Amino acid sequence: MTRARASRLLLAVGGSGAAILMLLALGGLPRLGDVPHPYAERAVPAALSRHTANVISSVNFDQRAFDTMGEEFVLFAAAVAAVLLLRRFHDEEEDAHDLQYGPRDVWSAANLAGFALLAPTMMVGLYVVAHGAVSPGGGFQGGAVLATGLHLAYLAGDYVVLQRLRPVAVFDAAEAVGAAGFVLLGISALFVGDPFLTNWLPTGTLGALASAGMVELFNVAVGMEVASALVLLLAKFLEQALVVRGGGDA
Amino acid sequence: MHEVLGVLPYAVAAWILLVGCYGIATSRSFIHVVVCLSLVQSSTYLMLLMVGWSHHATAPVFADVKPGVPVVDPVVQALTLTDIVVGGAVTALLLALTIQLAKRQGSIDPDRIRSLEEELEE
Amino acid sequence: MNTLAVMLVVAPLLAGAVIAGASITPLGRRLADPLGVAVAVAVPAGAVVLIVTVGETTRVLWQGGWEPVHGQAIGVALVVDRPALLIVALVGLLTAAALTWSWHFLADTGASYVVLVLLFLGACDGFVLAGDVFDAFVWFELMGVTAYALTGMRVEEPRSVHGALSFGIVNTVGASLSLTGVALLYARTGELNLAAIGASLRTASADHLVLISCALLLTGVLVKMALVPFHFWTADAEAVAPTPVCVLLSGAMITVGAFAVARWWWVVFDGAVPETAIRHALLGFGAVTAVVGALMCATQRHLKRLLAYSTVAHSGVISCGIGLLSGSGLAAAGLYAVGHACSKGALFLVAGMLLNRFETLDEHELYGRGRRMHLAGAIFIVAGLSLAGLPPLGTWAGKSAYSGALADAHAEWLEVVLVLVSALTGGAVLRAGLRIFVGLGDVPDPGPDTHEEPEGDTPRRRDGFRVLAPPAVLLVLAAGLGLWPGVAAVAQRAGATMTDTGGYVDAVLHNAQVTAPEVTVEPLWQALSAGLGLLAVVLGIAFAVAGLWPSRRPRIVRAALGPVRIMVRRLHDVHRAHVGDYVSWVLVGFTVLGATLLHT
Repeated sequence: MTRARASRLLLAVGGSGAAILMLLALGGLPRLGDVPHPYAERAVPAALSRHTANVISSVNFDQRAFDTMGEEFVLFAAAVAAVLLLRRFHDEEEDAHDLQYGPRDVWSAANLAGFALLAPTMMVGLYVVAHGAVSPGGGFQGGAVLATGLHLAYLAGDYVVLQRLRPVAVFDAAEAVGAAGFVLLGISALFVGDPFLTNWLPTGTLGALASAGMVELFNVAVGMEVASALVLLLAKFLEQALVVRGGGDA
Repeated sequence: MHEVLGVLPYAVAAWILLVGCYGIATSRSFIHVVVCLSLVQSSTYLMLLMVGWSHHATAPVFADVKPGVPVVDPVVQALTLTDIVVGGAVTALLLALTIQLAKRQGSIDPDRIRSLEEELEE
Repeated sequence: MNTLAVMLVVAPLLAGAVIAGASITPLGRRLADPLGVAVAVAVPAGAVVLIVTVGETTRVLWQGGWEPVHGQAIGVALVVDRPALLIVALVGLLTAAALTWSWHFLADTGASYVVLVLLFLGACDGFVLAGDVFDAFVWFELMGVTAYALTGMRVEEPRSVHGALSFGIVNTVGASLSLTGVALLYARTGELNLAAIGASLRTASADHLVLISCALLLTGVLVKMALVPFHFWTADAEAVAPTPVCVLLSGAMITVGAFAVARWWWVVFDGAVPETAIRHALLGFGAVTAVVGALMCATQRHLKRLLAYSTVAHSGVISCGIGLLSGSGLAAAGLYAVGHACSKGALFLVAGMLLNRFETLDEHELYGRGRRMHLAGAIFIVAGLSLAGLPPLGTWAGKSAYSGALADAHAEWLEVVLVLVSALTGGAVLRAGLRIFVGLGDVPDPGPDTHEEPEGDTPRRRDGFRVLAPPAVLLVLAAGLGLWPGVAAVAQRAGATMTDTGGYVDAVLHNAQVTAPEVTVEPLWQALSAGLGLLAVVLGIAFAVAGLWPSRRPRIVRAALGPVRIMVRRLHDVHRAHVGDYVSWVLVGFTVLGATLLHT
């Protein structure tokens, strides 16, 4: 039996076995919409008790903030790892001239759109971060908008413009501040005598911008972390695509 | 009808999971492998969201609805959000490794890269 | 006290973020090593303080102050009890040894290396202490992400990148299967707290959904534990990862995974899923893993790959210990895991010294070249004996505890597996050690080019205190395990605590004061276990001698080895696969696990 055929056979056995098991399991599931939600029935009043209109934010940044801390560090680790794995080597060089290529000489409508959208997109990003407790959105979504919005500068100009707009060292630091900030906000609760990550600030009135207490602050820390981690990741990948030449035997 | 439609969304999630695994197992490019892996991960988003769905319920945000209105399960939505970020981070990391593999090995075809067992066992 | 427990998780994370932020300045980069080691030492120290102060009770810390209302959980709980703290102490200790060994290691990585190691430590601690299945999943993923990056960080080595990719892909598939299991359990019970899920499942007998959720949830962890057939990534990753990372993968990750299997079984599934089902699964997977790992280990000549397969074999033994489903079985598995982690850590660190000095890890290429490394050689060979479980060293304490647990469970046949694993893995290490550091045996034929880049920035000509002390300390700990008279009591009480399902649920959901159940402690030193320990070492030495002098093997030995050799060659063929096959094997393993659970 050839190697390739053995591989296919193995996959056929594993895949069909797994499929049968999944089907057997699904037969035991409650039908769509009939699933009992005891936890949800506790989470909604818990969110309202802290005046957090967006229950998902309450779950993420208050009731289960410990999860979110771990998740924030997953992203932090990924960005640190990207910087580590995509570092330049002695056999690679920076190709500094010829950087002025990119969308600039492609199509002027794209430049114009990029230029026009840059500022509004950043505003939207900030808005989404700030309103995480009261409307759909929050630090994750807003951070992602901010990070990708910044790259409209690439669309509007070129790599050099982008580089000037986002000094990597600043985002390196911002990322660490976002991650450490979340932890320190959690530790702040210890000083007022509450357990770690307690939402100890006054929670205001439901639906107001300044409601939900610490949820807002955690949102800002996460927004900062997500935005800078994504900027760093994209920066490293763009650098590999546009700047770094050579390396390896390839 | 309810019997079939009531299970179908879960079956779709299971299908995506297995199709992703099939893609990885038969892939000829590590970039494709990473994309298939995202597929595997996204099956879990679908599974979580479908588990949280309820009849006649709205989004769990009390911005323009009054408290007391039935809402879908906010917990699984929060879990999905967490899961998406984790998935994105893993994808980015594996793509970074793929870039280096392309540079160092000159290929990203799993079939054409000698397995480590062969290489270290001569 | 509660603050200290939370800090076991939070301090490494915060230190990681601070180091990363500070490292944009040159001064900050110089702070990375001292601060990293300080935190890595503080974590096991804190764990030991807690072990003393918590005593035999179970403390539950509700993060964010969300205490359960009428026995129903809202927030995320950290469950702090002796067994969990012992694992945290072990992981912290290994991290401290790894970071000390790699002081000023790889300066071109900046502080990233230290940051990732600290995050790995925090993730392991979070995973072990989590009382919530989704929270455990998040820490599980953080453990994964940091470990993949650390494995592939020597990007100038193509094999390193390749190993890290296989590692990441296989483990991510495993994690997704686990998360699917979490979703299915949530659909059934509507809970995420481990105790709450368990309490809900126990109200009805397990149907297909519960059994398959159990299989899905366990699959992801068994991948991390490197049980056959989920183990293919292990040798790839541990053969190419930087040495300190190997210490963490083989010592910490396996142990943490095993802990999760035990905790989840007793808290979530015990009383809902039939005991025979999980017993068959864990004993079956464990025994096969032990045998396959031992055979693969015995026939490697790349030192790190040899050690990696030995990790697989020992992980199989640990799985069998859990599969006995008794407090004494868990105590044995725990002791064994500690003995293994410390011995294996010392072995990897000495292998790393060889790599940095001679730029190869090929056993034949290194023949006789370590003659001048007296201390390192002594550590390596004693660690080999410790891995083989020469009484009272290393894994022997665990094996001795196994003897009692196996007799209780009427599974004495496993003694054969234990002796085989000890003899083959220990024998392989002894063979390599005697060949490299003493120069014994036939002059081996050198293979093709076996050159590897050293890990340090400049090859170290002299190995200083910082490089020799960590393996020596680990070895002393491994040796002390069987000599310390209190160890059997500590392990057996911890085992009893793990099996006390009702106590855990009461402590978590009903805020009850729970203390560990009383146990009658069985002493370690018994004639049978000491005899079996010696037998394993004698067989190991015989195996090493046969490997060193192939030309002088008697004809009868050669004839007997013939069929074994064919089998082993087949086994090697199976391992000559690519990442797609690894994923197919994960599905096959899941199928076998699920079918085993359904069948019984």
